[in-house]
Amino acid sequence: MGAYLVRRSFLMILTLFGISVIIFVLLRLVPGNIVDILFDAAGMVNPREKLKIERELGLDRPLPVQYLTWISGLAQGDFGYSYVSEKPALEEIGPRIPVTAKLAVLALVVSVLLGVPLGVVSAVRQNTPTDYVLRVLSLSGLSIPAFWLGLLILMACVAWFGAIPIYTEPPASLWDELLLLSVPAAAVGFRSSALIMRLTRSSMLEVLRQDYIRTARAKGAAPRSVNYEHAFANAILPVVTVIGIEAAFLIGGLIVTETVFNIPGVARYLVESIRWRDYPIVQNLVMLIAVVVVVVNFAVDLLYVVLDPRIKYSG
Amino acid sequence: MHIQSQRSALAGLALAGLAAAGALAPTAAAAEEPKRGGVLKFYHRDSPASASIHEESTYSTNAPFMAIFNNLVMYKQDEPQNTLDSIVPDLATNWAWSDDKTRLTFKLREGVKWHDGKPFTAKDVKCTWDMLQGKAKDSFRKNPREAWYGNVKEVAVKGDFEVAFQLSRPQPALLALLASGYTPVYPCHVSTRDMRVKPVGTGPFKFVEFKANESIKLVRNPDYWKKGRPYLDGVEFTIIPNRSTRVLGFIAGRFDITFPIDITVPVLKDVQAQVPNAICKLVPMNVSTNLIVNREVAPFDNADIRRAMALAIDRKAFVDILSEGKNDVGGAMLPPPEGVWGMPPEYLRTVAGYSPDVGKSRAEARAIMEKLGYGPDKRLKVKVSTRNIDIYRDPAVILIDQLKTIYIDGELEVIETSNWHAKVSRKDYSVGLNLTGSAVDDPDQNFYENYACSSERNFTQYCNKELETLFDKQSMETDQKKRKEMVWEIDKKLQEDVARPIIFHGRQATCWHPYVKGYTAMVNSSYNGYRFEDVWLDK
Repeated sequence: MGAYLVRRSFLMILTLFGISVIIFVLLRLVPGNIVDILFDAAGMVNPREKLKIERELGLDRPLPVQYLTWISGLAQGDFGYSYVSEKPALEEIGPRIPVTAKLAVLALVVSVLLGVPLGVVSAVRQNTPTDYVLRVLSLSGLSIPAFWLGLLILMACVAWFGAIPIYTEPPASLWDELLLLSVPAAAVGFRSSALIMRLTRSSMLEVLRQDYIRTARAKGAAPRSVNYEHAFANAILPVVTVIGIEAAFLIGGLIVTETVFNIPGVARYLVESIRWRDYPIVQNLVMLIAVVVVVVNFAVDLLYVVLDPRIKYSG
Repeated sequence: MHIQSQRSALAGLALAGLAAAGALAPTAAAAEEPKRGGVLKFYHRDSPASASIHEESTYSTNAPFMAIFNNLVMYKQDEPQNTLDSIVPDLATNWAWSDDKTRLTFKLREGVKWHDGKPFTAKDVKCTWDMLQGKAKDSFRKNPREAWYGNVKEVAVKGDFEVAFQLSRPQPALLALLASGYTPVYPCHVSTRDMRVKPVGTGPFKFVEFKANESIKLVRNPDYWKKGRPYLDGVEFTIIPNRSTRVLGFIAGRFDITFPIDITVPVLKDVQAQVPNAICKLVPMNVSTNLIVNREVAPFDNADIRRAMALAIDRKAFVDILSEGKNDVGGAMLPPPEGVWGMPPEYLRTVAGYSPDVGKSRAEARAIMEKLGYGPDKRLKVKVSTRNIDIYRDPAVILIDQLKTIYIDGELEVIETSNWHAKVSRKDYSVGLNLTGSAVDDPDQNFYENYACSSERNFTQYCNKELETLFDKQSMETDQKKRKEMVWEIDKKLQEDVARPIIFHGRQATCWHPYVKGYTAMVNSSYNGYRFEDVWLDK
């Protein structure tokens, strides 16, 4: 196990290095830089002033030098400055992380709390009206885009309650914040829950057809015990894998949801920063997301050992 | 020396005409006693690049930050139409022209303090214009309006409270530029970098914070030099890039007022249906949608083909499709009644390409194309480039459809919005559809900025030295009636030369709840009406 951990840690570092190179190169391949965009806001381009700003920002230096400057700074905890706000990147990113983190966790909780139990119910009651309803629900979750669902929710709230659950100022308490975030979390979580529900259902159905389940039933075990103790425990493993992957993909869903609900999180900020070619922000944020994804995947792999004692990792 | 004080009879007539047309209807607020307190809540459509008005060219910056500052002079904030006669003193108490109209002297207000407590003096005025003219040590990162002051030789200081603009030639309309929301006076003692992130002004509201992509907050300046103003405790802008969300926010009452001219004609219907008591003003934005043709790229280096393209445009179709008939047809200058300098309809009809008989114009265009070797079997293929925003894309699609009638098959090339100006500045396009906004409804701003040979914003590189002489002539003319006739003549020539054929001038609306009082939506500029010192909330 120790050797496995060392190997995985090394692979994690290698992956993050690869990501850093890819994001750095991709950003430079996108046409235009921050200076073009600053001048776009000015409605003209003055080549003399453009060159001056590029020099100030170090954008005139060779790409390898720019990469090394960024990566060595990052290694020392220096995230650089936002080209747009001219504030330290960490000062810009820092306050937005908890907002997105809370929303992501809430959305994940919604998706798991909805997806897993409903998937189990759907499997246990296969080909009954309950199953049909749940399957339609999961299909709609997969096919409705998050932004459209978000807008529908907002329109419904305005039409029925005369209020709109969007973020316009920092909530007064944690409870208020959770209340505010619960609506967008439901919008994002609904889509993820649909996937989890379908996977849980098919995984359960597969397990329910196994010989040992038939044996348990033949022995006279209670249906509840068969379904939830014998079958569910074995069906959950692929679901956990998907939950891990969904946690990473959630960031993608949050970009749209944060925009629709006007939540000042990192996901929306990332898109804005890409639009502005704010390299220090984009590079550091992508690296941050990469770290989260890599760590979550690692944690999921370790969770397998806990969930299934037959799994053993070796160097 | 002639001291400016009275409004001309001409302007009075123009305003009376507008009032009769309903555009300048007086608000009920005028009769009510203003109440103090409250925070005016706007939504903002996007996050401005910085808080420094002098460094940006978008009213996304003006609208939230203009109230921090004062100008030397400004457009009267409760008059919807900006004219030379609606200019009132601001940091200057009065102004005077020398007899030869080449020196403009301002007496400055005494006892005014910057928000950080330092005194305002004539040095600050000099400093500001030295930076605008690129003469100062601490320069702007971007200086988009340097060209506005090409005629200013020097800004001379006499004592602490007098300043004079020495001009190379007479330019009565310099005052129009100085009155714009784009022309605040900056403090000498604050760096340009600080002005981008935490601006200091002398205006009715003080800067509190600007959180990019989140919010902008201003608070009442208790030491404002204009006693009794402002009425509001503060002004807040919540940045909401998603149009549906922000409009729903206004409908739900989360905001007192929409971002200025953010409501399009189709959305306006929705807003009025859902908030029937909202006050909505649909006004010209002084933003023209125009065709740009790169005259250096074959076959568009041929003037005939450019003329054929201009003749193919059915302006009424654009207006009907995009705005249900609400947008306006005009030339380079915003058309009347809201526009002061635009060609009147009867004059406009005499301009080639503006005939209501579109069929006849297109037949003429086809004849030109056939003469150049094109026809139904030999069609010209071209990319029509435009910015990836609906107000650009939608008219571009109509343009492509209309060009088909003269054997031109256009293919839409959508350019990511942030690269648009870089691309057209590089002249990396053949045919494009562009939008041009005018901060000031005055030919001195529009002609020099968009049509002068050396201008950085002359994207089509149209260059007519003879016409530039006329630009100068109209600029020097003190008789506004004569000047107007000269402007019409220039505008007609610009359209007939296919310098940058204007397709239409857009209109959009601002809506506010009835308890917002004292807000005036300007009808011929989107850049000059955000001082908010007279706005109050009847709550």
